[in-house]
Amino acid sequence: MYKIVDKKVLNPTVVQLQVEAPLVANKAKPGQFIILRVDENGERIPLTVAGVNKDAGTVKIIYQIVGSTTEKLSHKEAGDFLQDFVGPLGVATHLEGLKKVCIVGGGVGCAIAMPIAEALYQMGADVTSIIGFRSKDLVILEDEFAACSKVLRLMTDDGSYGEKGNVTLPLKEMLARGEQFDMIITIGPLIMMKFVVETARPFNVPVTASMNPIMIDGTGMCGGCRLTLNVDGKKVTKFACVDGPDFNGYEIDFDEAMARGRMYSQFERHAHKETCNLFAKEVQ
Amino acid sequence: MTRPNMSPTRNVMPTQDPLIRARNFKEVALGYSEETAIDEAMRCLNCKNMPCVEGCPVKIHIPEFISKIKEGDFEGAYQIISKSSSLPAVCGRVCPQETQCESKCVRGIKGESVGIGRLERFVADWHNTFCLDAPVRPESNGHKVAVVGSGPSGLTCAGDLAKKGYDVTVFEALHTAGGVLVYGIPEFRLPKAIVAKEVDTLKKLGVKIETNVVIGKTLTVDELFSMGFEAVFIGSGAGLPNFMGIPGEALNGVYSANEFLTRSNLMKAYLSCPETPIMKGGKVAVVGGGNVAMDAARSALRLGADKVYIVYRRSMDELPARKEEVEHAQEEGIEFRLLCNPTEILGYYNPDDPRDAKNGFVKAMKCVKMELGEPDEKGRRRPVVIPDSEFELEVDTVIMSIGTSPNPLIKSTTEGLEVNRWGGIVVNEDGLTSRSGVYAGGDAVTGAATVISAMGAGKIAAKAIDEFLSK
Repeated sequence: MYKIVDKKVLNPTVVQLQVEAPLVANKAKPGQFIILRVDENGERIPLTVAGVNKDAGTVKIIYQIVGSTTEKLSHKEAGDFLQDFVGPLGVATHLEGLKKVCIVGGGVGCAIAMPIAEALYQMGADVTSIIGFRSKDLVILEDEFAACSKVLRLMTDDGSYGEKGNVTLPLKEMLARGEQFDMIITIGPLIMMKFVVETARPFNVPVTASMNPIMIDGTGMCGGCRLTLNVDGKKVTKFACVDGPDFNGYEIDFDEAMARGRMYSQFERHAHKETCNLFAKEVQ
Repeated sequence: MTRPNMSPTRNVMPTQDPLIRARNFKEVALGYSEETAIDEAMRCLNCKNMPCVEGCPVKIHIPEFISKIKEGDFEGAYQIISKSSSLPAVCGRVCPQETQCESKCVRGIKGESVGIGRLERFVADWHNTFCLDAPVRPESNGHKVAVVGSGPSGLTCAGDLAKKGYDVTVFEALHTAGGVLVYGIPEFRLPKAIVAKEVDTLKKLGVKIETNVVIGKTLTVDELFSMGFEAVFIGSGAGLPNFMGIPGEALNGVYSANEFLTRSNLMKAYLSCPETPIMKGGKVAVVGGGNVAMDAARSALRLGADKVYIVYRRSMDELPARKEEVEHAQEEGIEFRLLCNPTEILGYYNPDDPRDAKNGFVKAMKCVKMELGEPDEKGRRRPVVIPDSEFELEVDTVIMSIGTSPNPLIKSTTEGLEVNRWGGIVVNEDGLTSRSGVYAGGDAVTGAATVISAMGAGKIAAKAIDEFLSK
């Protein structure tokens, strides 16, 4: 069992937890993920590591409440325990040698982008961050990004905070006026990452995208997380859990990944509703 | 001693009715009664040269345990088996006895061999039901050994070393111990309670089991040595599932057998209100002809499929699955589409409604018919495509069960660990790898094979580790 030592509600649907898991804390690097189960019989869900405290032996995770498991997780408080917590899994983001990087994060994906921006800042790299949210009340980690970015552009879809529009607007503007980045690292909804790649394409800037597909074991055994890369005109199947989660954005078949992400959407909607009803009944 | 039972046929194993069991996850085979077990034991001639023992990868003293059954001393029989096997209730159920011990049985020459597997299962179940004494924990010898993976090879290695007094810790990547015995083999063939019981027996012998530790990620092999372990056994299993590389394999509704079985077994999607989803119902095609393919097909049926096909490119004679599993599958109504090979999986797309929930899901599988041509270098007749034989099989789910390739996690983080061309860990006859003190066995070495061969490898490595640390 793994103890939750701290809980912070970042916005109405996004929660941050610090979980005691010394072995994971000791090893985890930016870009890697963990898999947890809330309780016995629970689902295994992958969540990217949002930070670690090696001395305290804790791992920070930030998640959005979207389904049954994250709903149950949101009802856990500091002092409660999680059934399982395993990691770090996947390959850490390759940061060596990067001097000037643009981080493009969307929604809860910003939680994954944050430790990468921080690591780059500590390496002495020049970090530009573009972070986007639907609206003002969903903004997270603004101060943290500000602290490690030379330039920070905060976007909201409805213009209720920061600038109005999506993340590709400032990206295109910067690239068009001749900003040179060694790498664009993008993390967020698949559709956003797809358009980040399309925005960067005419400028020939390398793009790394962090994928978060459906998975079970996270060690390469089930193959559920497979995605297709187009490598020099050839289709190649890769497993996000062991080969990723980061891939060359230009090679990813985003449309296929989006379709695969919908495999259980009906089941998930139903399960989430059931779980909410259960908690509502308990309150009564 | 009474005269042997000279009946040419063995006692029938009682099973659940095929039409009933095809819709539940309860065990198919129900096991011998005490009377039947004694009657079957009487068929053993107690041969002096014991050919059956030669056929057993872990060298169980077969005639000796059967003699105890004849005397009605079932616990005595158990004690004899457990000297050689750490998992008798498992082996009695999933070993391919017909190609091992039973294939060497003298009674098999003129009639059916003695039902050795059925007797082993009977003895193990009898012990688990009636003998509740904790096993005697041996005195510690002070040596620490780490075992990577809690599947059949790891559990066997751990059990053998614990019995010799070693302080053994097993590291398991998943949340439950048992490896393929819990994520792969379904409940109706090997109830999870039986695996849990065998794991519990090992714990009582002093074996520690650490779940949620991925060796190669959470800890490396080198870190295990610096933590004070003096030897490491790697039994990490087979790894990454293979796909055919045909168009449409990324469609929703296409699974690897590993994923389908893991969802059903380990994640308990077979329960009525599972938290982990799985595609249920409709028409299902399982591609492949091994035991894993049979498990996937029979699980799909029990999850509520209307129709399940096994699609295999060779003929019935070449099917690699155990005969008993194939027969059970046929009795339950699974249709075998033999000499048939998929070329493409077709998806549904509604051009009028891009939001149609069925978009992106499987609707059919395109196949070609095959015939057997010239034998290849192994003597197996090679399947050849029959021209213009293409047809479509209407299906909703496709399960690819065409083998696995080794997992690179441990190899890539263990310097000096040699692997072969296929990625399998290279070992000598004692299970020793290219690294001193590091042993390996099971599917991580051989690629996908049987539970008992993995157990055999775990046993050999345990003996070698004992010799290495006793020096």
